[in-house]
Amino acid sequence: MLIELENVGYSYGGGELLSDVSVSLAPGSFHFLTGPSGAGKTTLLKLCYGALLPTAGRVQVFDRDMGALDRDDLAMLRRRVGVVHQDCRFLDHLPLSENIALPLVVSGRGQRAEDDNLKELMSWVGLSSRAEALPPELSGGERQRAALARAVIMSPDVVLADEPTGNVDWDMSQRLLHLLVELNRMGKTVLIATHDLSLIRAAKSQVQARVLRISNKGLQLAGADL
Amino acid sequence: MSNGTIRGLLLSDKQADRVVPPTGFTAQLTVFVAGAMAFMAVFALALSLASGRLADRWSQELAKAATLRINAPAEQRAAQTETALKLLRQTPGVAKARALSPEEQAALLSPWFGPDLPIDALPVPQLVEVTAGEPGYDIAGLRLRLSAEVPGAVLDDHTRWREPLVDAANGLRRLGLIAILLIGGATAAMITLAANAALAANAQVIEVLRLVGAKDGYIAGAFVRRFTLRTLIGAAVGVVFGMIGVMLLPAASDEGGFLTGLGFRGIGWGLPLLIPVLGAGVAFAATWAAARRRLKELS
Repeated sequence: MLIELENVGYSYGGGELLSDVSVSLAPGSFHFLTGPSGAGKTTLLKLCYGALLPTAGRVQVFDRDMGALDRDDLAMLRRRVGVVHQDCRFLDHLPLSENIALPLVVSGRGQRAEDDNLKELMSWVGLSSRAEALPPELSGGERQRAALARAVIMSPDVVLADEPTGNVDWDMSQRLLHLLVELNRMGKTVLIATHDLSLIRAAKSQVQARVLRISNKGLQLAGADL
Repeated sequence: MSNGTIRGLLLSDKQADRVVPPTGFTAQLTVFVAGAMAFMAVFALALSLASGRLADRWSQELAKAATLRINAPAEQRAAQTETALKLLRQTPGVAKARALSPEEQAALLSPWFGPDLPIDALPVPQLVEVTAGEPGYDIAGLRLRLSAEVPGAVLDDHTRWREPLVDAANGLRRLGLIAILLIGGATAAMITLAANAALAANAQVIEVLRLVGAKDGYIAGAFVRRFTLRTLIGAAVGVVFGMIGVMLLPAASDEGGFLTGLGFRGIGWGLPLLIPVLGAGVAFAATWAAARRRLKELS
């Protein structure tokens, strides 16, 4: 399994947000994580890339216990997990192309050596003409597509997306979904956290997806009621 | 920290340096503080070296010299002087003994009585300059023999006023060195503050870098390089101005005494050049420590 949560619990500020959550993400699988706002979707994603550590249970990513990693090991692991953050998290003083290439730069692979890949990736997300734009100049859809491009530039094994269609219109959300489905067809494991059930319904015709729902602090497999 | 880590932190990485946005105010502050501290360090170093030279010179020159004063009636003075000189020449450890001529004695008194002093008409004691050899002579034994054979002779080995002078010069040297240490400490404190301010201002940048897989060393390196370079440049400018200031001080002269000897001599002129290197080292260590501490707090 690429990511495995075993009886994971997470408490914050004296309250329990997640309890006894167990789930495994197999290579090449596609998952939706849904639930009402504040249910703990973002928290669960953060547990998967080590931004948070569980207060109970164990999280294993690539067979490594996240609780046992030192800071450098965690940095190395994050290079294999692409994350699309809800608020995109760009560096506003750098042009878009450099923001997208940031994982390459920090890993020491350099941007120039990967220029061809970068151009191809920017073309794939439809942002070739916006390479020199600064993040504050981008629309919501452009930001989300750029965040997706940055998440996959290191060719990660897993892509985690937190509300990737939260700030875009229907057409753009379909375009983003299509990009994520394409990634899955390339063999990437995809986990999308969303409260948008229409997105999940739209995906059913394109990909074999497992839908996980956070309810009452636990995680359940959602059925045909979606 | 290994040599590889230090090299990695210092080697230029333009892409990494671009990742952290420029911080105008802290940059100017760091350069200014480094320059001002280096400027003061040059003077503290000059003071320390000059006092050291003075202490050594006084210590060496005066340690070997003594003065024999023969207070005798005018008619006995020449005989007692001759006896004293004979006794001194026979004393083991005395390298040289010489009676000062009337002209030399008049010259010694001229600062107080003027150049035309009729020294023969005054009851001025005869002075004998005694120079010790290696090893020196037994002062207590010499005094005993002089008191027995030359009743009017008083031996002054300068200890009474030599020691306080040498102590004062050594004290100045210590103060200069303490000032240099304090300047180094103050520089480290200021750079730590500036680095902390820069790290706090860039907390979001650091968080993004961590999320995309940057190691702490990579992030810290961007800050360490920046602050080390700024300190090096600021300190180099401060040292140049400090050295110009020292060069413009009056040259050493006997008339000017200690104040005109404040400066560098020979290889000493090379010592201020170490200040920017040491300053950069201080900045490197201070920024590295601040960055590591701050990074652990941030994510």
